Amino acid sequence: MQISVREIINGMEGKQALLQILLAVQDASPENYVSEDAVNDIAYMLNVSRSRVYSTASFYSVISLKPRGRHIVQVCINAPCENAGKQEILAVLEDQLGVKLGETTADRQFTLEGVSCLGACYVSPAIKIDDRLYGDLTPELVVSILREYQEEATALDCNAS
Amino acid sequence: MTAMLHKNDAVFRLSLFQEFPTLMHYRGFGGYEALAKAVESNPTSIIETLAAAGLRGRGGAAFPTGLKMQMVRNNAERERYIICNADEGEPGTFKDRFIMTHIPFQLLEGMTLAAYAVGAAKGYIYIRHEYPEAQQTMHRSIAAAKAAGLLGDNILGQGFSFDVEIFSGAGSYLCGEETALLSSMEGKKGRPRLKPPYPTQNGLWGKPTLINNVETLANIPMIIGRGAEWYRTLGTLDSPGTKLISLSGDVEQRGLYEVPFGTTFNQIIEEYGGGMKNGRRVKAVNIGGASGVVVPPWELDCALEYHSCGERDITIGSGAVFVMDESRSILANVHNRVEFFLHESCGKCTPCREGLRQAGRIIHNLLSGKAVMADVDNLERYTRAMQNAAFCGLGQAAGNSLISSLRYFRSEYEAACFDYGNQYQREGITA
Amino acid sequence: MNVVRFELNGQQVEVQGGLSILEAARQHGVKIPTLCHHPDQRVKANCRVCVVEVEGQRNLVASCATTVSEGMKIRTNSSRIRETVQTILELIFANHPQECLTCVRNGNCELRRLAADYGIREVKGESSCLNLPLDTSTPSLVRNPNKCIKCGRCAEVCHHVQGTGILYSNYRSVDVMVEPEYGKSLAEVACVLCGQCASVCPVGAIHERDDISKVWKALDDPEKHVVVQVAPSVRVSIAEEFGFPPGTIATGKLVAALRKLGFDRVFDTDFSADVTIMEEGHELLQRLQTGGVLPMITSCSPGWVKYIEHNYPEQLAHLSSAKSPQQMFGALAKTYYAKKAGINPADIYVVSIMPCTAKKFESQRPEMSDSGFQDVDAVLTTRELGRILKQAGVDFSVLEEASFDNPMGISTGAAAIFGATGGVMEAALRTVYEVVTGQELVNVEFSAVRGMEGIKEAEVDLAGSKVKVAVAHGLNNAREIMDLIKEGKANYAFVEVMCCPGGCIGGGGQPYGTTNSVRQERIASIYKVDANLPLRKSHKNPAVAELYDDFLGKPLGELSHHLLHTKYKNRGLHKLKG
Repeated sequence: MQISVREIINGMEGKQALLQILLAVQDASPENYVSEDAVNDIAYMLNVSRSRVYSTASFYSVISLKPRGRHIVQVCINAPCENAGKQEILAVLEDQLGVKLGETTADRQFTLEGVSCLGACYVSPAIKIDDRLYGDLTPELVVSILREYQEEATALDCNAS
Repeated sequence: MTAMLHKNDAVFRLSLFQEFPTLMHYRGFGGYEALAKAVESNPTSIIETLAAAGLRGRGGAAFPTGLKMQMVRNNAERERYIICNADEGEPGTFKDRFIMTHIPFQLLEGMTLAAYAVGAAKGYIYIRHEYPEAQQTMHRSIAAAKAAGLLGDNILGQGFSFDVEIFSGAGSYLCGEETALLSSMEGKKGRPRLKPPYPTQNGLWGKPTLINNVETLANIPMIIGRGAEWYRTLGTLDSPGTKLISLSGDVEQRGLYEVPFGTTFNQIIEEYGGGMKNGRRVKAVNIGGASGVVVPPWELDCALEYHSCGERDITIGSGAVFVMDESRSILANVHNRVEFFLHESCGKCTPCREGLRQAGRIIHNLLSGKAVMADVDNLERYTRAMQNAAFCGLGQAAGNSLISSLRYFRSEYEAACFDYGNQYQREGITA
Repeated sequence: MNVVRFELNGQQVEVQGGLSILEAARQHGVKIPTLCHHPDQRVKANCRVCVVEVEGQRNLVASCATTVSEGMKIRTNSSRIRETVQTILELIFANHPQECLTCVRNGNCELRRLAADYGIREVKGESSCLNLPLDTSTPSLVRNPNKCIKCGRCAEVCHHVQGTGILYSNYRSVDVMVEPEYGKSLAEVACVLCGQCASVCPVGAIHERDDISKVWKALDDPEKHVVVQVAPSVRVSIAEEFGFPPGTIATGKLVAALRKLGFDRVFDTDFSADVTIMEEGHELLQRLQTGGVLPMITSCSPGWVKYIEHNYPEQLAHLSSAKSPQQMFGALAKTYYAKKAGINPADIYVVSIMPCTAKKFESQRPEMSDSGFQDVDAVLTTRELGRILKQAGVDFSVLEEASFDNPMGISTGAAAIFGATGGVMEAALRTVYEVVTGQELVNVEFSAVRGMEGIKEAEVDLAGSKVKVAVAHGLNNAREIMDLIKEGKANYAFVEVMCCPGGCIGGGGQPYGTTNSVRQERIASIYKVDANLPLRKSHKNPAVAELYDDFLGKPLGELSHHLLHTKYKNRGLHKLKG
């Protein structure tokens, strides 16, 4: 049973800041996004227009308004990573996941995204998967990192079935 | 996550600390002694000391910190806020990440001192979403400081209360601009606001607000603890103290270095970075991140110092130094940079939004051999309009950064045009 | 006010303190170009075409957003400024469809005017127009996202004046779109179709739906008996379409012009406005006497009605059930007039000339067909009237004044003031007072309910019992009153709400350039029309008396109830879904 927007907002401390609510709602969503119903409910709870909530949500690249995979794979696309071999790393990710940048895998496990800068230029090329940063990457390393997540997903599937 | 070289440890002492340190560890190195001393004296003495030390904002604008604090303190409104800007989005910069993960208590102590100085009871740390480890470390450190009576109600039993909350960014470079950051905290799009009024008068929820960068605030405990005179023994007369330099690119040892002001960029590359990788030569260095400048090797004898850099139109900015060797393409770098700005522009003002749109097309055409010489002139005109007329500092800076690369590396742009050389032929015929 | 001395293009000048460079320069004959600037709106400083040089500032500054200070040295014209402004204009054009010839704003586009002034002869950038579909989902407005220059005027009026919060800028950078959430159509959201967005748009990105061809078709059809009604506020604004100054009273010329277009009868909405007062006034009395729901709120403004239906559906019982003058006219034209003139109502075609885009929506509400036909067939805004007259080659300036036709052309000053905020209230009070007290009201002017203040309150003595009334215009002000009503804190008996700032004279279908100062001029003229009329109370209108005697019976009577009153719809969308 998914936690409702009302519960999320009531459970938050401090000032009910829209951006923090959007992040919390997205984090609580199994599909890593803010749904149209959630936009409606946030507007209702905060007594603001839906266009206002949508406008804010659509501005921030971390907030997704479309369903995404369980894991968010972010590839740093900035110059230090670019020069350190980002293209190669991206190619491996696209190949291993079978999706292009911006897409979600068919099993809804991974969404592959570009990110402006991870602030990890001392270990470029770098990627981030959910909350974890991976640096000094080589194509081989990327394959083994991904394998861990993929195996975990398979294990979960087996448990579920 | 990495072994770093720390040649100079005066202010940040990064070599003393591992990731995720304990409060005990920080106190073991004299942490919170400055706060203990300060809360027994007049808040204005903190401001005076920082002014005497000549501390300037380390986020990029280099505004005198003491003066900014005084402006907040002088405001008749008693409800005041302090915000630590930890939305470190400038590409090539990772200093704030390290401060938060390695010396979080020094940052908190600095914020607490600043809050005491300006009379703020509530503070926020606006941390970019890309730094979950930093958010977690700061959460834990706030809890630890509160438990120890160093934060929260009645700090150190002196009747002064100050609370800190974390506010997460959500993937917008522009929120590093202080008024965009305020909009973001107030639940709006991260678009900049008109200045004046400045945040010191009309900040968060319309209240006077002190907004400082992580590095600026982390400087404060050492300055208060050891005094302005000690601080001025570091750096130069024009720019006292040290600067955290995020060094990346084609050098032997990438990393974060605390560098005294007055050090030249050549020294940063050679002495801190261990020189160039693979024995190649420097082609260009990008100083100050995407919004900074791209300079050729002959400008690297410039000293890291506000005045000297200013004279050569070099922006120290966040202190990012990204080195490109002779194998790198300037156009590819500019392409990357324009793509970055195209992703991050807030879209509010015409020169930035539409200027970047056209700049992006021209650079794309240059890279695919479809551009003509006139496009380079147009590119220059568009970037000049951005520089001259964009709404906020970041839009203007986006223009600056392109202009600098056109200034030093124009030949590379022109060589990519398919009609390159035609004009000389034509001129030859008519002459 | 203190005086500030500064240097403008090398000359020492002075202005009163607190002005922006833009305003200060205009006072000294220097017109700085603008696009996003609007005198009634907060400073946005988005478009950047108003940049100037200020000595000591490294970059150019936006003159709209910079206050003049003592000793400032300002240049408004230098090669650097010209190059920058030209470049910015070129940048806008590169992303703007080159359809000026066929654009609805051809002739009054602010961007095109700047292009002409700045001598833009080629578009240097590569076109990046997306050719997005138009939003034609409503009978009132057409939104053309391709032409939007992201100035933010519409979003500003939608949020900060109307509080409807429909149009907002979404996404960022080159993806910015000013639109409802999820790019929905206006029909899918709680848009009230007031058209204030269209009124402030500098280009053709949002405009009224053009119904001119519908009207031509009816006029060209010999089988049709085409009658036209003109709203109270149009007579003080239409002349602006022909270059006359704001506030020009053009009632007689307007009638003559409509006759030249070929309408069979030229009638006046003022007539049905008097009928509205009879019905609404008696409804108020009935509510007061029988303990009905109070305060009663006016229902003439279709944008306002749609707003309450969307946002306060639980408060709909407060709305007067009386139809608006436009709809009363339509219902009566196809019944009373048809009978009187001996014309088959099926052959009657009713055209309204309205200051309003929401009137187009109102005329198409399914319940607005009590005559057995759609009561009003076509609605043209003041702007469309200007265009259709130009198509017909009517030279407004040389027209002889003419008079409205009978019987639906006779009206009073009470009806005339419907066009200004507070007017319906004042008109109602003139009648209600005399009906209740049985005494003659000597001073008919209720100055407390006049003027541009957002919310006005007054207390009226009705034969010993004091009654509190309130007037609001602009939906942000209406919202304040509605919140009071919702909380049970409003002790008013009667409330007038007009959707648009200033009332209908500031409607979304009025000529371009409707600013608050223009609104003031039109309001002043409306009251002049009232003061010059021999009859100033609706119940003294002989044509109205005849209508009741010959046809309706009495106010709130059975036929009145059937033809002149309506029901509202709960359009509430705002519910918790999770």
